[in-house]
Amino acid sequence: MLCDDCGEKEAEVHLTSIEAEEMRSVHLCLSCADGRGISSDTEGIDTEKPPLVDFLEQLGSPGPKTPMPESSEPCPFCGTSAADFRRAGRVGCSQCYVHFETQIRGLLRRIHGSSQHAGKLYLSEASDITDRLGQISSMRRRMKRAIETEDFETAAELRDRIHDMETQA
Amino acid sequence: MIRAAEPLADRGLDWIRGGEEAEIVLSSRVRVARNLQGFPFPGRAGVEDRAEVVQRIRAAADHAESLDGGFFWEVDSLDPVDREILVERHLISRDLLAARRGPSSAALVLAEGCSCGVMVNEEDHLRLQALVGGLALDSAWRQVDRLDEEIGALLPMAYHHQFGFLTACPTNVGTGLRASVLIHIPSLVLTKEISKVLEGISQVGLTYRGLYGEGSEVVGNFFQISNQTTLGKTEEDLIDHLGRVTGKVIEYERRARSVLLTEAPSVLEDKVWRAYGILRTARSLGLEEMMNLLSGVRLGVSLKLLKSPRVETLNEILVRGQVAHLERAAGARLSEPEADVCRATYVRDKLAEDERDAGQAPADGSSDTTVVDRPPSGG
Repeated sequence: MLCDDCGEKEAEVHLTSIEAEEMRSVHLCLSCADGRGISSDTEGIDTEKPPLVDFLEQLGSPGPKTPMPESSEPCPFCGTSAADFRRAGRVGCSQCYVHFETQIRGLLRRIHGSSQHAGKLYLSEASDITDRLGQISSMRRRMKRAIETEDFETAAELRDRIHDMETQA
Repeated sequence: MIRAAEPLADRGLDWIRGGEEAEIVLSSRVRVARNLQGFPFPGRAGVEDRAEVVQRIRAAADHAESLDGGFFWEVDSLDPVDREILVERHLISRDLLAARRGPSSAALVLAEGCSCGVMVNEEDHLRLQALVGGLALDSAWRQVDRLDEEIGALLPMAYHHQFGFLTACPTNVGTGLRASVLIHIPSLVLTKEISKVLEGISQVGLTYRGLYGEGSEVVGNFFQISNQTTLGKTEEDLIDHLGRVTGKVIEYERRARSVLLTEAPSVLEDKVWRAYGILRTARSLGLEEMMNLLSGVRLGVSLKLLKSPRVETLNEILVRGQVAHLERAAGARLSEPEADVCRATYVRDKLAEDERDAGQAPADGSSDTTVVDRPPSGG
C-alpha cells in the first residue's frame, strides 16, 4: 500500500481514528508521518506493543502500597526475569507461575476478576485424593450437560470413567 | 494415524456449508490453549525444545481418536502460498507464521472431515480448536473437549491446582478457552445502533474485533465476538454466556432489519441490488470492497430481496476471494492489481453459477434474456 500523502513510498504507519462516528484510516510512509509529527515510536500509535504491557508496567512501578515482589531473581527453570515478564506480557514457562506467584495472583484477579480456576480439572501423577474427587464432580457436571444436549455417546463415556475413578478412589 | 505432507486441497472449509442462524452467524469457533509439562513455552524455547514438542504432539496426534485419518503439516515445509491459505482459512494465525524458526518449529494437525485441529508452537505448545458453520458453540466445544481429553491423557499438561491450565499469556490462563462467533450485523451498523450493542458486549465481559482476529479492523460488518476472561468460570458457563449474548445480538439485528424494511425499503433494496450489481459485473475488485459488497448481498439474501446466491456461496467467496486462494487458483503470485482482476472474475463466475441454479435473471446484461426480474418492492 502506498502512502496517502506522497503516493510514492510504501505506507508503514497506519492510523485509524473515529470522528463523529465515522471511522477514518490514514496510511503514511515514515517520512510523511514524520512530517505530520508522528513517529512510530510516538506513544499511542505503537500498535506493536503487546497487550498487558501498560498494565504490567504499572505493576512494576513500586509505590508505597505495592512493595516490589520477593522474586527479583529470574525464574530458575527458564530464566525469565520480572523485567522480561513486564516487557513481553508473557511468562516463559509453567514454573514462572510458581516463581512469580504473588505478582501473578494479583494480575489474574485484575484481568479475570478471579485467581481460582473453576473449569476442567487435570490429573497428573502428583494429584491427591482431593484432586480426584474434584475431577469426579467436574465429570458429573459434564455428563449432566452431555445428557441435556443429547450427546449420549459422551455421556456414556463419562459415566464409565466416573465409575472407574470411583472404584479406584 | 495421521498423514503428513498431503496437499492442502479444500481442507478445513467445512464451516462454509453453514448451520443454525447461518445467514447472520457465519461460524462458531472454540479453542483451548495448553502447554506440555517440562518444556519452556514456545516464546522461550530453543530450536531443539520446539522440535521435541512438535514430535511429541505429532506422536500423540497419531493415537488421538478424534484425529484419526487426519493431516499433519510442518509450517516450514509448506510453500508460502499454502501458508497464507491456512491463515486465510483461519486454521493458523499470523502469529504462528511469525513464531516459526526453521524446520520442525511450528505445525498444524487437522482432523479429517471437520475443522477440528491443533496448532503447535504458536504462543502456547498447543492450541486445540474447532471451527463450525453457523451458531454451534456447543458442538465446537464438544469437539475440542474430546480432543483435549485424548491429548491430555497422552501428554502431561502444565496445570496449577489454583490457576488451572497454564499459558504463556496470563489472559488465557485457567480454562485456556476462547470461544467466538463471527457475526454479520449490517442493520445494526446502518441504524447506528451498533455502538450501543458493542458497548453492551464489553460490559458483560465479552470483546469484539474484526474478521482477522486481534487488532484487525472491522470490514464488511463482520464482527468476531468472544469471551474476554478465561479464569474463574467453567468452560460451559463461558460458552453459554457467549451463546446467550449472541442470541440477543441476533435478535437486535433482526429488529433493526425490520425497522429498515418498514422505514426505508427502497433505500435498502437499492443498496442490496447495487452491491449485487457491482459484484456481478465489476472487472476489478479490491478485497475490502468485495467484503463490503458481500455484506450488502448477504443482507439481501437474508431478507429474500435476492433469490441468489446461496449463503454457502457467499461464505465460499469470502474465503476464496482472498489473495492466496486466488494465487493458488491462478497458479502464480499476483500483484495487487492482478489479484483485483482475478477476484472480480472469480466472483462474477461464482455468482453467475448460482444465478443459473436459482433462475434469477442476470444482473450483468450478459444474457439474451430480455425480461429483467423486478425486485420485490417490499412496501
